[in-house]
Amino acid sequence: MLLRMYETPIGFGAFNELERMRSEFNRLFEGLERRTATGYPAMNVWSGSDDAVLTAEIPGVDGKSIDISVTGDSLTLKGNRKTDLDEGKFSWHRRERATGEFTRTIQLPFKVDANGVEAKYAHGVLHIRLPRAEEEKPRRIEIHS
Amino acid sequence: MATRNDELQKKEAMAPEGVERTRRRNVFVPNTDIYEDSENIYLVADMPGVDANHVDITLEKNVLTISGTVEEASPVGHELAYREYPVGDYQRAFTISNEVDRNAIRAKVKDGVLELTLPKAETVKPRQISVQAG
Repeated sequence: MLLRMYETPIGFGAFNELERMRSEFNRLFEGLERRTATGYPAMNVWSGSDDAVLTAEIPGVDGKSIDISVTGDSLTLKGNRKTDLDEGKFSWHRRERATGEFTRTIQLPFKVDANGVEAKYAHGVLHIRLPRAEEEKPRRIEIHS
Repeated sequence: MATRNDELQKKEAMAPEGVERTRRRNVFVPNTDIYEDSENIYLVADMPGVDANHVDITLEKNVLTISGTVEEASPVGHELAYREYPVGDYQRAFTISNEVDRNAIRAKVKDGVLELTLPKAETVKPRQISVQAG
C-alpha cells in the first residue's frame, strides 16, 4: 500500500517536473559554457549545399601570415598577433588588445576537398570556403519501378 | 592566449539612458590600447570588419568618439550553422585632456584596426631645462 502511494500520478508528476527543471538548468549552463569556452579566434560557420564558409575575426595581422591547414574533416588555424612596438618607450594607459601566437583546430561535419579551399582576409576578418569532398556529397538515388 | 577567454569576448556597448539607436544592430566596445610618448598619445582599437570608409571619429568638447559600422556579408545561399561571435557595429568614447593638438589628429584603418595619433600641444611637451652651474 505504501508503495502504491509513491506511485500515485500526482507524486510522480511532481518528480517529473523537478527533473525537467533540473535538466533545463543544466541545459542553460551547458550553453553558457559553450559560449565562453571558445578559443581564439572565435569562429562562425555558414553551411551551404555543398560547402561551408568559416569566418573568424583576427584584426591586425598580415593575412598572408595566417597558416591554414586542412586534414580530412579538421581545420587548423595558426597565426601570431604580434606588435612591432618597442613597448618600453611608451607609458601605457590601457591595454586590452590581445597579442601573441594562436592555434585553433575545429572539426567540421564533413570531409573537406583540401584542393578546393579558398581563403580571403579583408578588414581583419578571415573568410574560408571549404568545399565538401566529392565522395561525401549527397547523391540522388533513382528508384526503379 | 587561451586563458584570457573572458577578455576576448565581445562586450556590448551601452547606449546613454533614454537614447535609442537608429539601426537595429548590436554595438560593441572595441578593445583598445592607449599609450603615449613625449610627442603623441596613441589610441589603437580592434574593429574587425570595418574599413576606412565606415569609420567615424568625432571630437566634441573633450569627448572623442570612435565608431565603425560593419556591413554584414552573409555568404549567398548559406545558413548560419554555428556561431561563436556576434557581428555588429563598434562605438566607444573617451575623454581627452586639453593637452591634445585638436587640429593635428591623424587616423588610419588597416586590417580592421583603427589607429589614432593625437599629437600633444606644444605647451605641454616636456622641455629640457638646463641647469647652469654657478
